[in-house]
Amino acid sequence: MDIKLVQLLVEGIGETFYMVIVSTLAAYILGIPMGVIVYVTGEGGIRRNRPVNLVLSFIINVVRSVPFLILLVAILPFTRLVVGTTIGSTASIVPLVVAAAPFVARMVESSLKEVDAGVIEAAKAMGSTDWQIIWKVLLPEAGPSLLLGMTIAFATILGYSAMAGFVGGGGLGAIAVNYGYYRYQTGVMLITVALLVIIVQIFQEGGIKLVNKIDRRIKS
Amino acid sequence: MFTLENVTKVFETKEGSITAADHVNLEIADGEIFGIIGFSGAGKSTLVRCLNLLERPNEGHIWFKDIDLTTASQKQLREARRSIGMIFQQFNLLSQRNVIDNICYPLEISGVDKKSAKEKARELLRIVDLQDKEHAYPSQLSGGQKQRVAIARALATDPKVLLCDEATSALDPLTTRNILDLLKNINREMGVTIVIITHEMRVVEQICDRVAVMSDGIVEESGTVREIFTNPRSETARKLVMPERTSDVRTPTRDYIRIVFDGQSSYEPVLSQLILATHMELNILGAGTEDIGGSAYGQLLIEKPADEEKVGIIKDILKQKNVVCEIVEIKEQ
Repeated sequence: MDIKLVQLLVEGIGETFYMVIVSTLAAYILGIPMGVIVYVTGEGGIRRNRPVNLVLSFIINVVRSVPFLILLVAILPFTRLVVGTTIGSTASIVPLVVAAAPFVARMVESSLKEVDAGVIEAAKAMGSTDWQIIWKVLLPEAGPSLLLGMTIAFATILGYSAMAGFVGGGGLGAIAVNYGYYRYQTGVMLITVALLVIIVQIFQEGGIKLVNKIDRRIKS
Repeated sequence: MFTLENVTKVFETKEGSITAADHVNLEIADGEIFGIIGFSGAGKSTLVRCLNLLERPNEGHIWFKDIDLTTASQKQLREARRSIGMIFQQFNLLSQRNVIDNICYPLEISGVDKKSAKEKARELLRIVDLQDKEHAYPSQLSGGQKQRVAIARALATDPKVLLCDEATSALDPLTTRNILDLLKNINREMGVTIVIITHEMRVVEQICDRVAVMSDGIVEESGTVREIFTNPRSETARKLVMPERTSDVRTPTRDYIRIVFDGQSSYEPVLSQLILATHMELNILGAGTEDIGGSAYGQLLIEKPADEEKVGIIKDILKQKNVVCEIVEIKEQ
């Protein structure tokens, strides 16, 4: 393997990490509030509000239904508006966040649904405000499940980021497309795919280990 | 402490509406241990959850001291809830917080600083006898220990009253006894009024001062535990005071006479005397002894003789000896 290819791959790994980590974090910054709102305004929630719930739920479903590649192209003007360009890793972050945030919102919602209703009731009986219930009960109690969801979101966003390579995004996906697909360098393609597999594996396993470590429900 | 005025709660379900509390009127006095007993589905859990408005009644008023909780603002309600502690059958501890942080939770949300909160929590851990479990997580504790933590948490804000929703139903008999003793001490030493919901008469017998008997959302009768035990007037109370009433199936299916002994009469051979006086064999259907507020009570169920004259003789003898008895006729179903 020549030195140029190694350099290329190292750069690709760096770009992929940059895109995926920033996108995951941004998707959670948007997705957590969305998930919390859907949950608390939903059936049995602490702030039942049907109109808000229906509208937000609808928006989440619509964005989630659009195939990523189409979404990517459709929001190109928006991407240009935000980052000033439509090519490169930074430009990929915008569609990645837009696509992942609603997905994350649903994951957050389902993690919150796992929280024991009795605990929420006890918190209410102790005179907690709704805000205190969200911050001090719901989110911490759902913590391990939220983290587990994050590893799933990470792998999904990694997959999306590779797709972004087709339309001028950076990272390992772009290398696979440009060298493997357009120039028929099957070897390069296989290496990039293998690298993607390794990254997913490391994050998934690491995530599960971390969840087991922080989850206090598991007897030690 | 609490005054309930015509409290009614109706749940709408797909199968129709269920009236869990039906025009309930109750008065719970300061400093007492008040029991609400009934079989499952009687509406007692709904009623206790109305007391801190976890369930909002459809009708009626709930006075906590001089505040009408049903018309109070959200803020007033939250403040009232901080003086109303509550414990649950399933303990409902925060699973991701250790023991001391669980106890600190109610202090944290009412703005007490961390250091004084921890001090207070340690003091409460001493009261519930769990000093060595400060850093344990709920999953590492037994049921009884979890309930002790829940009690400590409920007491953290120095409440005036403690609501116990089937607090001992998930515990074994020995642990139940220990938890009830702890509640009794809290009532005596800290002056906390206690409201206990249970389906077990032995819980009521062990610690309650007064009790209300519920069935189908209605309070059928209420009075001191002694009154209800010696002279139950409602069908539900009668079933609940049965010896060995692990289930209501054991209630005799024939007419019977229920004889209640208090501490004094239990030394006299009453049954032998009845047999001698009636010249007939008496069939014993059930018997048991109970400890009510520290004194021993016994009860004996005998089959009612078909001959009304003999029944009269039995009644007279028991009356002479100051023994309470009642004749229960089983209605054809």
